[in-house]
Amino acid sequence: MYRYDEFDQEFVNERVAQFRGQVERRIAGELTEDQFRPLRLMNGVYLQLHAYMLRIAVPYGTLNPAQLRMLAFVARKYDRGYGHFTTRQNLQFHWPALKDVPDILDHLSSVEMHSIQTSGNCIRNVTADHFAGAARDEVADPRPYAEILRQWSSLHPEFVFLPRKFKIAVTGAERDRAAVKVHDIGLHLKKDADGRLGFAVYVGGGLGRTPFIAHKIRDFLPEADLLSYSEAILRVYNQFGRRDNKFKARIKILVHETGAEEIARQVEAEWERIRHSALALPQAEIDRIATYFALPASLAPRPAKSVVLERARVTDAELGAWVDQNTTPHRVSGHVIATISLKPIGGTPGDVTAEQMELIADLAERFSHNEIRVSHEQNLILPHVALDDLPALHAALRDYRLATANAGLVTDIIACPGLDYCSLANARSIPVAQRISERFGDAARQREIGELKIKISGCINACGHHHVGHIGILGVEKKGEEFYQITLGGSGDEQASIGEILGPGFSSDGIVDAVETVVDTYMKVRSGPDETFLAAYRRLGKAPFKDALYGAA
Amino acid sequence: MFKAASAGALKAVTANRLDDGRVVFLDEDGGWTHRIGAALLVADGAELDAATAYAQSQHAARIVVDPYAIDITIVESRPTPARIRERIRAEGPTVRYGAAEYAALYPADVAAAE
Repeated sequence: MYRYDEFDQEFVNERVAQFRGQVERRIAGELTEDQFRPLRLMNGVYLQLHAYMLRIAVPYGTLNPAQLRMLAFVARKYDRGYGHFTTRQNLQFHWPALKDVPDILDHLSSVEMHSIQTSGNCIRNVTADHFAGAARDEVADPRPYAEILRQWSSLHPEFVFLPRKFKIAVTGAERDRAAVKVHDIGLHLKKDADGRLGFAVYVGGGLGRTPFIAHKIRDFLPEADLLSYSEAILRVYNQFGRRDNKFKARIKILVHETGAEEIARQVEAEWERIRHSALALPQAEIDRIATYFALPASLAPRPAKSVVLERARVTDAELGAWVDQNTTPHRVSGHVIATISLKPIGGTPGDVTAEQMELIADLAERFSHNEIRVSHEQNLILPHVALDDLPALHAALRDYRLATANAGLVTDIIACPGLDYCSLANARSIPVAQRISERFGDAARQREIGELKIKISGCINACGHHHVGHIGILGVEKKGEEFYQITLGGSGDEQASIGEILGPGFSSDGIVDAVETVVDTYMKVRSGPDETFLAAYRRLGKAPFKDALYGAA
Repeated sequence: MFKAASAGALKAVTANRLDDGRVVFLDEDGGWTHRIGAALLVADGAELDAATAYAQSQHAARIVVDPYAIDITIVESRPTPARIRERIRAEGPTVRYGAAEYAALYPADVAAAE
């Protein structure tokens, strides 16, 4: 993975020292909250419902064991012994004291981590396919480009005060696991007819109160032009994006109001002006960054079948179920990508204890060539695991209750922290996720239902990505009570779609039954076990589900 | 000052403490307490105006951050915030977390460890 150079380390260290001074001045009374708020937000510190919250960037979702151990250390020493992985591949601590944050950031800096640009109206942490560099269906690893974007966007003087926050996602595979079409800029790495690498460029996607699927404004952008084209997009947005209304300030609104064709024209015009500037990427620099993301030298091909694994599966049904559900083909023979579900039945999606973090760090060293990934679906990934090692890996995970075999199933629920933690939320998300998880907790039932993504947000800001859930759940407050609105048919993948609202919301008591009615209806109407929930919904529309929930009209 | 309360109801004044961000309520002595049960309860009008003015001075003095008034109802003789958001602020998350969640999900593990 990428290693800080001297400049990176000095920059982060200086930033921590600067923030330490700002915190001291705030506590000493030299800064008011109004003066301090933008400063703390620039360093990932929010004031939430119960306490401060610190959001730590995990660039493109890639972690090493030393970093995960440091997060465990911080969780134990400065927080309450756990952390929460978010839908943007970051980690949040929910209970740090403000006075401790500079010390926390110092510790994080020692393992090349920080919280810069995890908040505020700037370019946020660039996200990427969590299977990057390992997936068999990948054209090329998107992370070198995500890293180049990170370097370009870190404290970019033109883009520190954008109209609103700005999120970029990159994928390098046909199967879009990074949800690029619901980002401000989505980059889909591909090859042209001559085999050259470049990007399909999508702009103006996003969720929140006004969800939009992004428009493709360029079918193929040569890789050398990544920064100049991104800069052109940002310049158009920075100049014309609305600053009069916070709720209309994202680039998706600009694209919607201006028209994708006109935005594309403006971007192309600006790009033409700057494309031959210093922003043109030399191939040597792309290659240099790419070397940081090369497959581990020790990752050698092995036989495609593992006798060790096959023997173990015969006597261990749980192992077999976990391998079937939580592993994905690897580009190197004899290996898989293993998903560690952070969705135990009845648990909090994305939460992980310090002890579990330390175990996963150990397992990454033993079995995954020192690599860990964070998925936007709030799970952790060991990207390079030999088939022969799966029995031992599974046994270790099982000991720490991390072997839930539900990746991609109905209990692999995305949920924002909701009203249990978040000052913006209107309703709770976690308890709803827990109750749905318990309702569908039976392993055989989940497998029979098949792929089904439930995503829950506690408010219209949609951190739980409910718009792109196959079943989306949005919590609202009505007359002092929590209600939950169901949307169906959303998807964040390469065939992205925004879910459709089904009808009136359900009470907290009624929402789990309502979800079960939707799932039971799907089981009745699907053409067969191979037709997924999403495929059935797209074939049949909402009528059978609406009838089941609200009665036939 | 953000005002989340409605006219007429019994009120308390809440904020987050500056240094650690924890939820606090103005108490009868002009201090700040974690316990809603120890909060100063005031009637709408002059009493509330005085309490919020004092709380605002505590904000200016960098003791607390962004104080505001909340509606209180008395439930089984105990002051209880009217809005669910404020009940959760007063009482903490409604879900277990960290080691407590682990222990609730896997009691046998904890028993074995002991």
